[in-house]
Amino acid sequence: MATADTNPKPAMRLDLKVMGPILALVVLVVIGALMNGNFLSAGNITNVLSRSAFIGIIAVGMTFVITAGGLDLSVGSMAAFIAGLMILVMNGLLPVMGVGWPLVFVGMLTAIVAGTAAGFINGFLITNMRIEAFIVTLGTMGIYRSLVTWLADGGTLSLDFGMRAIIRPIYFDGILGISWPIIVFALVAILGEVVMRRGAFGRHAAAVGSNDQVARYSSVNVNRVRMMTYVGLGVLVGVATIMYVPRLGSASSSTGVLWELEAIAAVIIGGTMLKGGFGRVWGTVIGVLILSLIGNILNLTDGVSPYLNGAVQGVIIILAVILQRDKKAEG
Amino acid sequence: MKLTHSFGAFALAATLALPAFAQDTKVIGVSIPAATHGWAGGMNFHAQQAVDRLEAVYPGLDFVLATASDPAKQVNDIEDMMATRNIDALVVLPFESEPLTSPVKAVADSGAWVTVVDRGLAIEGIEDLYVAGDNSGFGKVSGEYMVSAMPDGGKIVAFRGIPTSIDNERVAGFEAAIEGSGIEIIGMEHGNWNRDDSFVVMEDFLSKHGQIDAVWASDDDMAIGVLAAIEAAGRDDIKFVLGGAGMKEMIARTRDGDAMIPANVTYPPAMIATAIEMTAVGLTSTAPVSGTFVIGSVLITQDNAAEFYYPDSPF
Repeated sequence: MATADTNPKPAMRLDLKVMGPILALVVLVVIGALMNGNFLSAGNITNVLSRSAFIGIIAVGMTFVITAGGLDLSVGSMAAFIAGLMILVMNGLLPVMGVGWPLVFVGMLTAIVAGTAAGFINGFLITNMRIEAFIVTLGTMGIYRSLVTWLADGGTLSLDFGMRAIIRPIYFDGILGISWPIIVFALVAILGEVVMRRGAFGRHAAAVGSNDQVARYSSVNVNRVRMMTYVGLGVLVGVATIMYVPRLGSASSSTGVLWELEAIAAVIIGGTMLKGGFGRVWGTVIGVLILSLIGNILNLTDGVSPYLNGAVQGVIIILAVILQRDKKAEG
Repeated sequence: MKLTHSFGAFALAATLALPAFAQDTKVIGVSIPAATHGWAGGMNFHAQQAVDRLEAVYPGLDFVLATASDPAKQVNDIEDMMATRNIDALVVLPFESEPLTSPVKAVADSGAWVTVVDRGLAIEGIEDLYVAGDNSGFGKVSGEYMVSAMPDGGKIVAFRGIPTSIDNERVAGFEAAIEGSGIEIIGMEHGNWNRDDSFVVMEDFLSKHGQIDAVWASDDDMAIGVLAAIEAAGRDDIKFVLGGAGMKEMIARTRDGDAMIPANVTYPPAMIATAIEMTAVGLTSTAPVSGTFVIGSVLITQDNAAEFYYPDSPF
């Protein structure tokens, strides 16, 4: 450990950095399979992957924001607000449009437009007004959370019962036994990985996060790249909300609480650097799965007091990051 | 009631000290947790309703309503009420018992009337009036219903709320009521009074247990998550889900004879209104209102569900 600071064996160190999250995931899967026979059943795997989709879709967007040196604390509240808005719009247009798929598409459009706008507002305040991302998104986090509480009059916004029957398949059905949230999550992740690895945008985001001055001299439009990461995240929050609303058909002030921290934790577990400059979308996907599996395994097994669930999660998050820590960063 | 008797002297002192206040106006501060879940939303609604009604009825009363999203904010709210509004009475539903005890004690020490609602303070004897929900009674009524609905016993899973003394009392009451009845709790997890959390926990319970006879969801928000998970899994071994707190959508389903939701147990969020009303009565009349007022938990079945349906409430 003490001699790891020099050149020898860079290949092996790189290996562990890459393998860390995968290793943690494999260990969790093995533990889960040993603890409960139903862990690897198709039903349980579908459950875990479907419920991971909300955080997962958001976390892919968060990977780009963090890679570009930013942060977004507002995504959980934003999701709650968009979910509330989507329900209100669909309920409001119900008498005009009637129950059916056209209304569902209007709801989806609402979510995407609202997500884009919310992302743009964050991005505008951060890039044009030059306010710290942490402060801007802390502010918008409170604003969206309050707005959804206000829209719901302190209670719960519920989708019309007839509409709920129409929209329900978006969460519960799918193609060939694979549910829609899993398919969308997979598509978003693949697209994100391609953009991060192969696209100019991914390189620009990493350059901006690494050193924005150098990026600027290299004729990267720093503000535009930053703005696009926030807008992209906003759109993905909208997509996640489209998957979320069909599940229970309701939104309240308790919707999406702490999603932002779960998304950020997943990104960091996956190997993206919190200070920016390097991002790994596939790692984020692994991070999301690790977080979901911990909760799943704790529910499937007895023995750990439910009071300690948070502690178990904390230990595993820290272990997963220790496995891949950058020795050079120790100073 | 001390305040009422020394009203003249007090009003004079108040007039001298704070000329901005009309001499015959008394201020009641109401400090409650923000609407972070369904029950709290209902409680906020009823608090606002009570304040609106009483301000119209009693011209001599002025109300300050503050909602707090965490205990620290609530402490600040109460300190601000003391410092800037010079409140004559405080109606408080403490976010948590421990952190709120000394700030509320400071209010009581200043001579103001203190009404505590639902959650007791850590030290007894601070408040003049305690309007309490009956949490162990809530668990007991729920447990007794389970026993009557499952005379031959069976396997159930139970959902707990956010880890608090309220939750502990409910679970203890429930466990005592089902003891020896042949009902076995095969799984118990925290659903945090949250639909999404309960949905996820119920999905996992369904994976884990091949046979579940009934669910004690202990709260209607959690019951909604539980029902969605059961429906999605297509399981028909679960005969019913018992929620609690009397959310209007669930009351309506019980009233309409939904077999999955045959009953409900009240824990009325409107107890905040009881507390505000009684405090107003105490400040404006000679009727004694000090002491403890326990609002019992009542079993709702299809027969009496219509009486508990409040269409205007958000909860």
